[in-house]
Amino acid sequence: MRIGVLAVQGAFAEHISRLALLGTEGFEIRQRKDLSAPFDGLILPGGESTAMRRLLKELDLLVPLKTMIQNGLPVFGTCAGMILLAKEISGGEAPCFGTLDITVRRNAYGRQLGSFRCREQFAGSEIEMPFIRAPYAERVGENVTVLAQHENRIIAVREGSQLAAAFHPELTDDTAVCKYFLQMVAKSPLNVV
Amino acid sequence: MEDRYQLNKELAQMLKGGVIMDVTTPEQAVIAEEAGACAVMALERIPADIRAAGGVSRMSDPAMIRSIQDAVSIPVMAKCRIGHFAEAQILEAIGIDYIDESEVLSPADDVYHVDKRKFSVPFVCGARDLGEALRRIAEGASMIRTKGEPGTGDIVQAVRHMRKMNAQIRHAVSLREDELYEEAKRLEVPYALLQQVHDDGRLPVVNFAAGGVATPADAALMMQLGAEGVFVGSGIFKSGDPVRRAAAIVQAVTNYQDAKMLAELSAGLGEAMVGINESEIQLIMEERGK
Repeated sequence: MRIGVLAVQGAFAEHISRLALLGTEGFEIRQRKDLSAPFDGLILPGGESTAMRRLLKELDLLVPLKTMIQNGLPVFGTCAGMILLAKEISGGEAPCFGTLDITVRRNAYGRQLGSFRCREQFAGSEIEMPFIRAPYAERVGENVTVLAQHENRIIAVREGSQLAAAFHPELTDDTAVCKYFLQMVAKSPLNVV
Repeated sequence: MEDRYQLNKELAQMLKGGVIMDVTTPEQAVIAEEAGACAVMALERIPADIRAAGGVSRMSDPAMIRSIQDAVSIPVMAKCRIGHFAEAQILEAIGIDYIDESEVLSPADDVYHVDKRKFSVPFVCGARDLGEALRRIAEGASMIRTKGEPGTGDIVQAVRHMRKMNAQIRHAVSLREDELYEEAKRLEVPYALLQQVHDDGRLPVVNFAAGGVATPADAALMMQLGAEGVFVGSGIFKSGDPVRRAAAIVQAVTNYQDAKMLAELSAGLGEAMVGINESEIQLIMEERGK
């Protein structure tokens, strides 16, 4: 199993080291030619979504990656990655991939002084969740499953082959969310022969 | 507080692989954000102009910083003078995302730095070597940058600082455990932090390059030398075509190892900032705050 990690900006190294911990190969996607070898899943890491979307366009990565996601390539977005996937961004900003049927609010907890850690249930197990200038989902579409909430705000969702979290599981020792995604990849119709 | 420090180190992790740009107006902040900056540094005068103007240089007007906070959605940083904890308190009160306790401004205290552990807001500090870096981290800095020599457009000092710090880290890694005590004494740093460097082979916090970055090639050079991201001060808005140069430096940081792409990015950018050589400058800012 090979997982591509978008590496144009942000905390991509943390995702790759979590994958390595679970014995899975992760590789960096920095430009178009990095997409030439086949891969089984895609991670969109934390970072600044405005910087990433600009780089996705400049580096001609936006269209090919969007096509892959639409064709069912399993994708996992954390924080900025959740914003990149969202169909709608509250406040009127244009969406980036726009493939995940949620409305996301950026910097929903305010500036850095509003960043926090908590423990919440994620798909049946309690895990540590760091929120760094994090978003949350204000609205989810009817085909979207809510996987985690904090104080009645939606912070993790799944729609088909797309998984998104407002927090950063890659910054903790808990690999539950990463494992959940790798399960999605393993069960993906694209990868089951 | 431990939790807060961890969250502050983690915000720096989110900035990695990115470019933090000095801006003096909301208009410049918007240009920086659109070019792909991962954060902006709000200040009244960029280092090149501070150098030209002379006199005492202080924290920027909070109203000016607020206008930049209102203009962009990316993190906004601002500078306080070395040791000026009241300026730091003011910056924390307006909800700044990161404080740069910076040698670019006139130091307010020639002995003590700000006790950064007393703050909820994160701090980044400049360092020329491993000793300075670990002393700042001991005081509570959650991010480090090279000092370089701000406002010169000359990369030589940033290169010197990055190489020295990394050489010292490699040396610390090579030492036997019983030799670390002496090395901690020699570097004038807490033993526990040096031991962490010895075990991990890196600083305990994110380390950016700063000071003198003026071109995509400068940014790529610093990334190849081990910087985790880049601050660009005067280099963008002192150049002929800030919009193009800003975007080119952002892309150069992402693909810093691809010389072909760097060649394209470096082409037709217009005039770079003029720059001053080390031997021509009167005021050595890197000497401030050891």
